[in-house]
Order: sequence, then structure tokens, then C-alpha cells
Amino acid sequence: MKFYDIVIVGGGPAGLAAAASAKRAGNDSILILERDKELGGILNQCIHNGFGLHTFKEELTGPEYAGRFIEQVKELNIEYMLNTMVMDISADKVVTAMNRTDGMFQVQAKAVILAMGCRERARGALNIPGYRPAGIFSAGTAQRLVNMEGYMPGREVVILGSGDIGLIMARRMTLEGAKVKVVAELMPYSGGLKRNIVQCLDDFGIPLKLSHTVVDIEGKERVEGITIAEVDGRGKPIPGTEEHYTCDTLLLSCGLIPENELSRSAGVEMSPITSGPLVNESLETNIEGVFACGNVLHVHDLVDFVSEEAAAAGRNAVKYINQLAEGGKSEAGHEVKIVPVDGVRYTVPVTVNPDRMDDTMIVRFRVGNVFQNRYVAVYLDEERIYHKKRAIMAPGEMESVKLEKEVLKKYPDLKTITIKLEEK
Amino acid sequence: MKRELICIGCPMGCPLTVEMEGNEVKSVTGNTCKRGDVYARKEVTNPTRIVTSTVRVTGSALTHMVSVKTREDIPKDKIFACVEAIKDITVQAPVHIGDVILANVAGTGVDIIATKNA
Repeated sequence: MKFYDIVIVGGGPAGLAAAASAKRAGNDSILILERDKELGGILNQCIHNGFGLHTFKEELTGPEYAGRFIEQVKELNIEYMLNTMVMDISADKVVTAMNRTDGMFQVQAKAVILAMGCRERARGALNIPGYRPAGIFSAGTAQRLVNMEGYMPGREVVILGSGDIGLIMARRMTLEGAKVKVVAELMPYSGGLKRNIVQCLDDFGIPLKLSHTVVDIEGKERVEGITIAEVDGRGKPIPGTEEHYTCDTLLLSCGLIPENELSRSAGVEMSPITSGPLVNESLETNIEGVFACGNVLHVHDLVDFVSEEAAAAGRNAVKYINQLAEGGKSEAGHEVKIVPVDGVRYTVPVTVNPDRMDDTMIVRFRVGNVFQNRYVAVYLDEERIYHKKRAIMAPGEMESVKLEKEVLKKYPDLKTITIKLEEK
Repeated sequence: MKRELICIGCPMGCPLTVEMEGNEVKSVTGNTCKRGDVYARKEVTNPTRIVTSTVRVTGSALTHMVSVKTREDIPKDKIFACVEAIKDITVQAPVHIGDVILANVAGTGVDIIATKNA
């Protein structure tokens, strides 16, 4: 058995930022476990630019953004193991992992930071009729093939789903000589950023069909064609609206799901909305000393916010370990629920203990529809303490509000913080 | 002449109409904030983009592809010329982030640089 204070599961942007921040907070016993052959996670295949505007005040590509954090981790002499797959995390924080050189081994940690990221919703979860030929890829798989392995998945492409990875891949495949015929989106709005619709589709004359879905896949060995149709308000295809496209490839960009198999088997409680752990103000799960950050906690749009959140998780893990050494976690204060209603789908975190929180805490949330000219309101029990207009809010754009310890402490009997949207 | 655009400044995506006389912008309408005006004027007079792609690399234990980008924006109508110019490039490891892979791509005056170590 090896012993470390902090074991971080995952060496992507969340794991790297958590490690660097934990080390800077004064802890010297940190181990990152990464299953891939290099650090950096999904950023390594995101070769497009647009990362880091908040963190570094400049526009970087994914590998450059990852590179900056990898450099920090190396300069700080933080230990990491590559090609190492974590098999199990127990409730008492024994991490079981394996790789080709060490075989199976166990690490006893005082704190565990979950930073496993997310994965794409696959065809099996989409209920698309038709055969199961070669040529159907998730957008992220295609991205890895093109950008890292140097293979082209196909020449004539239809994309289902207008998530950002799908839009980015529409442009990438076009630049590599493929013909992207159409992007079909089930919802009446795109899940991707406006900028990506303009720069990845409009720039190349690729049509985006909203309220459309794939109703048939043709081809037995290889995709030969796709039929799409318009859908009604309940997502049901409207007969007579079918359009056929000949193609050899179908890319799926239909949402991301936090990858929480390890968390679940450890006994971490999950949110049915985010598919990520339920966490408190310290980003700590229901298991004491187990923290979560980044896309494993909830899917982010911007890596900058992943880094920010992960840095908080790293600091909080060190704080927890320091308290352990001083005789245990502080029992001061009480837990206040954060409740999302009226257009707000979820919040991270779901509880806050005003005595244990930092001076300020960011509550991140998403809305359930496209809203114009609505107010974001925060209530401490019955009293509204925040009310601010947003010109536009959309499900694809994460929102946030900041809570201040000083304000919360003025309400010693506080039970509930409500976050909602109001028309005025 | 009129040009219709969608603003990329925020998720609102305002539909912009730009009134042009020759190469001169007469008016921008449809925007709800200043950013829309700035974006529209740039987009109709001098649209530019950062281009990102990959080139092959030999002699690296880690990978056989290395990601690259134009160091700065290039004119939008040079995107395909840029991609064509780097299509057959193979570089020798070691490569470091920021290394010039190709100087002055497609006559734009802008260099192609590596965005990953290999």
C-alpha cells in the first residue's frame, strides 16, 4: 500500500488545476492518476482556439492551455502516474489502480479529488432507427482520429446534434477536405455557442436544421445515407418532412455525461439532473474528504471555469487535511440548502455552511430554456438579496452568482437559499 | 448594398444589417449593444480568423501528429490556401509550443506555429 495525502483521479484540466492549487496551499503529498499516455485530458484533441480568455487573458488552443497547467504541475514537482487506470475508490479512501509496470496496486489517501471528466452520449442512448454499419462516430471520437491519430473518418458527413464539438468538427472535417452536408438539431435552438455556429457552419455554408432529427440510417456494412425529418413540439418526426442525404459518415454530438462509475461505487450521492455528485460549499461529496470538480461534477462550457472550480477543490482538500491533523473537521455552523426553482435547473453546490465557506463562493447554475430580459434573483429564506437583469440566458451557457460569507452570517437561522428567474 | 450578419458577441445572436456604400460602412442596425457594431464593421470590411490544424511529426515517442495554428488572425478568404500550404508538411521532433512550422503562410505575413510539444 502507498500513502498520499491527496489522490487526484484524472490528469485533465480539472486534475491539473486541483493539484497545482493543493500544492500551493502547502501540501507536498499529492498523486495524480491518469489513464492516458500524457497529461492534459481532452484538451489535447481540442486543437481549435478560444481557450483561456478568462484565465490567461489570451486566446489559446486546447493543447496550449493544457501545456500551461502541465508546466505548473512539473515545476511544482507534483507526482503523477500515466497509463494508469483507477479501478475502484472505497468509502475509506483506498484507491485501487493498475498499470503495466506496477500491476494492481492500492493507495491510501486522506483526501480524494474526483476529476474524471465526462464522456459523450453514444448512439445506444439516442434511439435512432436503422442498421448498425461502420461510419457512425461520436464527434469527439472523430476529433481524436483527425487531430491526434491522423485519420479521416469519412468523406461525406452528416452531423446529428449541434453541440460545440459537433460544430467544431464540421469545420475541421471541411478543412481536411470532407463535405459536411448538414447539421441536424432536435431542439429548436442550438446547444452550441453562437460564435461556433458562425465560424464553423456559416463560414463554410453548412446548413443547420433546427427541430430536425435522424429517422433512418442506410447501409449495412458502411453508412450509405441518412434520412432526417422535422420534429413537432414533442420531438416526434412529422411525416412528409423527410429529407435524404447520401453520406458515408454520421457524427453524433448529442450531449456529454459526467463519468461517475467510480464515484457511484464509492457511495457518492448523485444529482439526477447533472449526473454528477451532490457537493457542499467545499465541493465535498457526501463522503467526507472526497471532493469533485470539473466535468465529472457538472458539464462546463468553458475550461476556464473548470480550472477555477478545480483550484477551489484543491484548496479545500488541503484545508480538510489540515483540520484532520488538528483533531478533525470543524463542526461549527449548520448546512443551508440551495434550491433552484422557476427556470433554474440545478446549482453547484447544493448546500452551503456559512461558517465553513470562504469569504466568497461562486454558485454555478444552468437555466432550462432560452430566456430574454429575465432577472436572476437570490433569496435568503424570504428576503431577496440579489436581483439582476440578464439580457439573455440559454441552457448552453452556464450562469453564476457569488455569495458572500459576511452577508450569509447576518442570518444565523438561515434555512434555504433560493435561486430563481423573475420577470421583473 | 446590404449585408446580413449574426453577431457572435454573446448568446443573444442579434441579427445585424450592415448598410454599405462600396467598401464603406454607412450604418449598422439590429445590434443591441456596442459590441455588435464593432463586430459588424470588422466582419464586413476585414473578416479574419485564426486557423488551427495539424501536421505530421516524425521521431517523437509520444505522437505522430502535432497541432498548429496561425500565430495571428489571417483574412477569412485565405483559410483554404493556408490549409493547403501545410497539408504535406512533416516536421522532425523535438517540437516545442511556439516553434515556427511555416513562415509567412499563403503570403499572409503570418507564421504557422506549433501548439503542442512533441
